[in-house]
Amino acid sequence: MAKAPVLPRGFELPLKQRLPRIGSIDQVAVEQRAAELAKRSIKKESKVWALELAIRCCDLTTLEGQDTPGKVAALCSKAIRPDPGDPNVPSVAAVCVYPNLVPVAKERLAGSGVKVASVATYFPSGQAPLDVKVRDVEDAVALGADEIDMVIDRGAFLSGRDAKVFDEIVQVKHACGDAHLKVILEVAELGTYDNVRRASLLAMAAGGDFIKTSTGKLPGAATLPVQLVMLEAIRDVYEETGRKVGMKPAGGIRTSKNAIQYLVQVHETLGPDWLTPDLYRIGASSLVNDILMQLRTQKLGAYQSKDYFTND
Amino acid sequence: MTRLPVNKTYKLFIGGAFPRSESGRTYEAQGANVARASRKDVRDAVQAARAAQPKWGSATAYNRGQVLYRIAEMMEARVAEFAALCSGKAEVEKSIDRWVWYAGFADKLAQVLGSSNPVAGPYFNFTVPEPTGVVGVVAPDEPPLLGLVSRVAPALTGGNTVVALASETAPLASIELAEAIATSDVPGGVVNLLTGRRAELAPWLASHMDVNALDVTGADGLRPELEVAAAENVKRVVIGEPDAQSLYEISAFLELKTVWHPIGT
Amino acid sequence: MTDLQKRGDRSPVPTDWTYAPAPESTDIVSLQDRYELFIGGTWVEAKEHFTTLAPRDESPLAEVAQAGPEDVAAAVAAARDAYRSWSRLPGSERAKYLFRIARILAERSREFAVLESLNGGKPIKESRDVDLPLASAHFFYYAGWADKLEYAFPNRKPKPVGVAGQIIPWNFPLLMLAWKIAPALAAGNTVVLKPAETTPLTALLFADVLRQAQLPAGVVNIVTGDGRTGAALVDSEVDKIAFTGSTEVGKAIQRRVAGTGKKLTLELGGKAANILFDDAALDQAVEGIINGIYFNQGHVCCAGSRLFVQESIYEPAVEKLKKRMGTLRVGDPLDKNTDVGAINSQMQLDRINELVAAGKEEGAEIYQPPCRLPEKGYWFAPTVFTNVAQSYRIAQEEIFGPVLSVLTFRTPEEAVEKANNTPYGLSAGVWTEKGSRILWMAQRLRAGVVWANTFNRFDPTSPFGGYKESGFGREGGLHGLEPYLSFDGAETFGG
Repeated sequence: MAKAPVLPRGFELPLKQRLPRIGSIDQVAVEQRAAELAKRSIKKESKVWALELAIRCCDLTTLEGQDTPGKVAALCSKAIRPDPGDPNVPSVAAVCVYPNLVPVAKERLAGSGVKVASVATYFPSGQAPLDVKVRDVEDAVALGADEIDMVIDRGAFLSGRDAKVFDEIVQVKHACGDAHLKVILEVAELGTYDNVRRASLLAMAAGGDFIKTSTGKLPGAATLPVQLVMLEAIRDVYEETGRKVGMKPAGGIRTSKNAIQYLVQVHETLGPDWLTPDLYRIGASSLVNDILMQLRTQKLGAYQSKDYFTND
Repeated sequence: MTRLPVNKTYKLFIGGAFPRSESGRTYEAQGANVARASRKDVRDAVQAARAAQPKWGSATAYNRGQVLYRIAEMMEARVAEFAALCSGKAEVEKSIDRWVWYAGFADKLAQVLGSSNPVAGPYFNFTVPEPTGVVGVVAPDEPPLLGLVSRVAPALTGGNTVVALASETAPLASIELAEAIATSDVPGGVVNLLTGRRAELAPWLASHMDVNALDVTGADGLRPELEVAAAENVKRVVIGEPDAQSLYEISAFLELKTVWHPIGT
Repeated sequence: MTDLQKRGDRSPVPTDWTYAPAPESTDIVSLQDRYELFIGGTWVEAKEHFTTLAPRDESPLAEVAQAGPEDVAAAVAAARDAYRSWSRLPGSERAKYLFRIARILAERSREFAVLESLNGGKPIKESRDVDLPLASAHFFYYAGWADKLEYAFPNRKPKPVGVAGQIIPWNFPLLMLAWKIAPALAAGNTVVLKPAETTPLTALLFADVLRQAQLPAGVVNIVTGDGRTGAALVDSEVDKIAFTGSTEVGKAIQRRVAGTGKKLTLELGGKAANILFDDAALDQAVEGIINGIYFNQGHVCCAGSRLFVQESIYEPAVEKLKKRMGTLRVGDPLDKNTDVGAINSQMQLDRINELVAAGKEEGAEIYQPPCRLPEKGYWFAPTVFTNVAQSYRIAQEEIFGPVLSVLTFRTPEEAVEKANNTPYGLSAGVWTEKGSRILWMAQRLRAGVVWANTFNRFDPTSPFGGYKESGFGREGGLHGLEPYLSFDGAETFGG
């Protein structure tokens, strides 16, 4: 690690015997462990519970150049009441949009409890001067975003300028004010699990409330082993400092089965405390409909058709 | 006037030295008084072999080959002496050539006996031969020199150290061999040669808990008894031939170690 | 954000997430009330029978034959008869039978997996994901050798040995059967196999695979029974004995075959050291340590039952280990989410209890995560002992159960010294990120298998077997053929 910056929140260098600060990750073993956990067989009421939790933890996302107020409005309706035919289905956690569309979402979601999240910091590349990124964040917050999803400077990280990455996160966190900060590592660009762990620890040390896998703009976004590495970093920080940092896998989670595998991992790595939208989010767009189909399958005992679920 | 020759005192070969038997006993064979080793000599020899094994076993294969080849060189200089103590020149020459053959195998056996194993997973997996440790050899009575060399050389080639019981009926060639070895580059304790009564000594060797393998080629009628004793620490029991030369003589005194490691970033 | 959670909620949500039971159905297995002896391709009635149980609830599963010496002799005679034609069959034809067996095992894998868990107590996820795929793969691997033996042993004219008597243990019943039968048949031998007393059922079901594969009668004979049957097989007119089991029985067998000229291979006990350095990838290492000792309830001869932790990382490592133990799911072997199943038998449970009691008495500190064990059946909670000294029985003797002893070391030299300080030498584990240290350790550990940054991996191509009192001879890989072949030149028991 480059020159250690001043670490806030009890993240000082270890003076007593404890976990390796950074440590390394064995790729084969972590993938194996993730594959084993993915084989947990979740049935009946525990499946329904998990599916509803997955919805409650969803950050319903649209991040396209072609996004319009109409598109966002439709998404917000879906967010509040995912299944119009079943009022028992809970709302999602948040709607995630570009800063320009924050006001639309804010208005549509008013009073629903569903949060508005905005990406910022020159999303998705993060390749802009720091003041531009900070300004981006300030704007999004001013427009009403409850949560900010920032990207780290992968260029700086991969060239060993950890202090720069750290410093940016600190400044962004400051710009967030009361808004919650999710730090996107963009794992597909980090190359190794070792880097995922390093970046996770860095993001948490710099004050991120959540660490998030991906922008969703690249193939190879969230994977089970990547989440496992991040969860273990979260657990290590928790055990050392008592601070609970949230986790958000994003991109590529499209099926109920897959979503449950992610939840199982959280359950077995961090325990039930993290199974709440306060500490766990899933960034997805098409996942919700698959969950709704599964929920109805569970409730009615018959396999469902996509024609009966709205596309938003 | 003919000169009265100086007679040699035939002694044991333990830890690179030539002690008399701690028991002070001898027996007469081939017209000479030969040391008659005791169970305590067996104990000392095993101790010497154990102490010498780690270094010999971890010497480079190239080095082991050179050391073994040097034995052949030393013997070549003493062909006449050896010939007088065994069946003759032919046996001596064959014995020398045997050393040469095994010397040349030291740095090849891992390539022939080892493998890399294509396991169904992201692991690199390879198997390497390693010495089993201390080998006890009950050498055959006949041929007295070639029989001993044929059993001892392959064990040494693989990195083992040896405690050998020489031919009981014709032990002088083995003592001559010990002298050749002592003047070669073989580290003390790598080869230990005992003369004496096989029926008395072999059971001590077979039951010794610090001997890893037992070559019973020369054990004849003692074989069942020795094999039973060998079971006490699950010794590898080798039933060889008095005049054999092959890679598989070497592999009989080897263990195989398989190592796994994940392949990942 | 807690308000979000409350308002988003419309249905009552349980506070904790407990997985609903996910039992594998046993319908796929149809058991007979009584099994006889599979000799010469037919079922031969035995005089005596005994009951085989399901260790998960002690319920009886079937009556199984107790083969006497005359039954064993008949089986050996049948194998001898079959040997004449089987050994002369072109290797390519032998190969095809083995390929068939591999395929049929794969096709019927679910049935076998359920039966294996039912009769042996191991978690279904292990029999499904480990035992069955590996058993089938083993036949597939050795099938390919049957017509290529001269490539394996150049200039040596390999010939089959004759009739092989094979005695297998209860921890991996079908997999050990595959390890024994596949290379033996590929090399042109015929066999008489004795499954373990407590786990005979998958071997008996395997006889039906042989029927489907149309393997010639007598090439494989299966005689069930207890230790007396095994002793009769050792004493019988076989040409070779292959045994996997305890060191104690292995020594007895070696004594029994002394002087008979029978070839012998022994795969015996172990007390493997798993060595954790302070630079290891800790979470994966902990995972490997857990797998190393709690896999198959610790009923594994190569189990990593001694954990050596570098003192500089002792506390966090043990802490992580204990936490991870807490997430192990102990219970019904047939539940797909079970990590640790039932202990194989009352006898084994008694043995584990005895050694654990000894550990406590000698002063080691015991930790068991809270877990509710079923009322019926044989169960033992995952256990770790800390403050263990080398001299304690739990650090010396093979427990063959889910019991880990934790010891410490300071330097690599000390780790090697302590790891090798045992009469056993089957396997060892090393966890470190430093490449040169891995090779340094691997070179010095006196063990037949060294797992570096992994543990308990098996593969048909990978030779397996021990140093010292863990036995001799190798199973798996090219080297696993050697014990089933005869050559000119030196012969060892190990081949």
